[in-house]
Amino acid sequence: MNFGSPRISGWLVYGTAVAALLLTLVPLPDLLAVIRPPLLVMTVLYWSTLAPRTGGIFIGFAFGLALDIIQGEQLGQHALALSFVTYLAVRLHLLARAKPLFEQSLFALIALLLYEFVLWAIDGWSGHPLNSVLRWLPAFSGAALWPVVAGLLGRTHSPR
Amino acid sequence: MAFSGRGPSHRSSRDSAPGPRFALFALLSLICLYYDQRDGWMGTVRYALQGTVYPVQWLVNSPFAGWQALRSSFSTRDDLRREIAQLREQQSDMAVAALRMEALQHENAQLRGLNQALPPLVTRRLAAEVINIELSPVKQRLMLNQGRRAGAFQGQAVVDARGLLGQLARVGPWSSELILITDPEHAVPVQIARNGLRSIAVGAGNSGELLLPYLPVNSDVKPGDLLVTSGLGGVFPAGYPVATVTGIKRDPVLLLTQVRARPLATLERDREIMLLWFDASHAAAPVAPVASDTLPQVTLGAPSDAAESEPAAEDTSPEATPP
Repeated sequence: MNFGSPRISGWLVYGTAVAALLLTLVPLPDLLAVIRPPLLVMTVLYWSTLAPRTGGIFIGFAFGLALDIIQGEQLGQHALALSFVTYLAVRLHLLARAKPLFEQSLFALIALLLYEFVLWAIDGWSGHPLNSVLRWLPAFSGAALWPVVAGLLGRTHSPR
Repeated sequence: MAFSGRGPSHRSSRDSAPGPRFALFALLSLICLYYDQRDGWMGTVRYALQGTVYPVQWLVNSPFAGWQALRSSFSTRDDLRREIAQLREQQSDMAVAALRMEALQHENAQLRGLNQALPPLVTRRLAAEVINIELSPVKQRLMLNQGRRAGAFQGQAVVDARGLLGQLARVGPWSSELILITDPEHAVPVQIARNGLRSIAVGAGNSGELLLPYLPVNSDVKPGDLLVTSGLGGVFPAGYPVATVTGIKRDPVLLLTQVRARPLATLERDREIMLLWFDASHAAAPVAPVASDTLPQVTLGAPSDAAESEPAAEDTSPEATPP
């Protein structure tokens, strides 16, 4: 059932996720910060489609929680959003995997938009709604950068 | 199946059922979200988690800290000389400005009817460094490298050399989150230094702007007016400079003047800032807002206070009022 999944060590997954978390937190100038691609989400997505056993929902939850704490969001906001998209990725990993990069980017766009949607919904529910168009930009920049990120992450492990 | 399990990647068979796992984590997240909105034990959880993620924050900041350290260790003699000269000049300016301070404090005390000057308002100050910046239209926050271990507390006032920066929103063991006065969810009670007109300055969501949305259209406010804290609200003491008024729009259709102000503190680039502790007995110290369940006690106590102060008031009133 899990045929085709390469052997991915947990260290690799956690290591790249921590690196992506650090890159997510590095302060950027305002203009760049608005379109900063959600690297952590993309990394978690990548591993959960490629190796759903190693990069599971737990990683999504744990790193989402870390993001909540560090960015001072409501506890559980990013955790819920990230475990949700990770769940989808794990569920549909056979669908999204082994497709041309362009198609993968489309899948990534959908997943990232869902991620932003969950964040937006929780923002609204908890009483600080932000209905700016800007908040959806990271999903698009992330999808545009998907081939690059996937390529880089693909170099960290042996091809299947 | 047997091929995929190796080392840390091996997990139990629950992995093959992502549904229940997701349900579990979603439930956990929802519990966090629900209880995070309320004060209580979630605060302790957050406090502990904030301690555990501190290494990550430290790591993010380390390139900047390293760069600063490198730059300071490689700064040339000339640079240092220039800096010393500049600081000397500044210091002598300050000293001259402070010359009259003592006299003014006594004069102020006399005017207030006290027989000695008030004790200093600030009892303790602590320098903190910014380790993470989050500036967006929804959030204007900084993460500081001082926490409860250093005595920081929630709601503590934070300033820089030029003016008010904000207050601590959340305090972890070694770090704390500063909510800037420009955060759209932050409001600071201010008054115009020129005429004492009180209002509330709300963050505009971009660093470098405050809005005063509650001033009537006929209120006396001019561009260039200095806004200082009014001491109401129970967080900031009175008299700290906050912002200068930059723009005023009076629309005859609207009942309120639209006033914009620019914060005096350099919010964006500050990497070295100050946490303050205040002497609670000082006249300018912030008055903590009274919780509703303690109100009856205060009202019970009030008559006795009034009884004590009334004779004094009667003593002075004949002299004060003209015949």
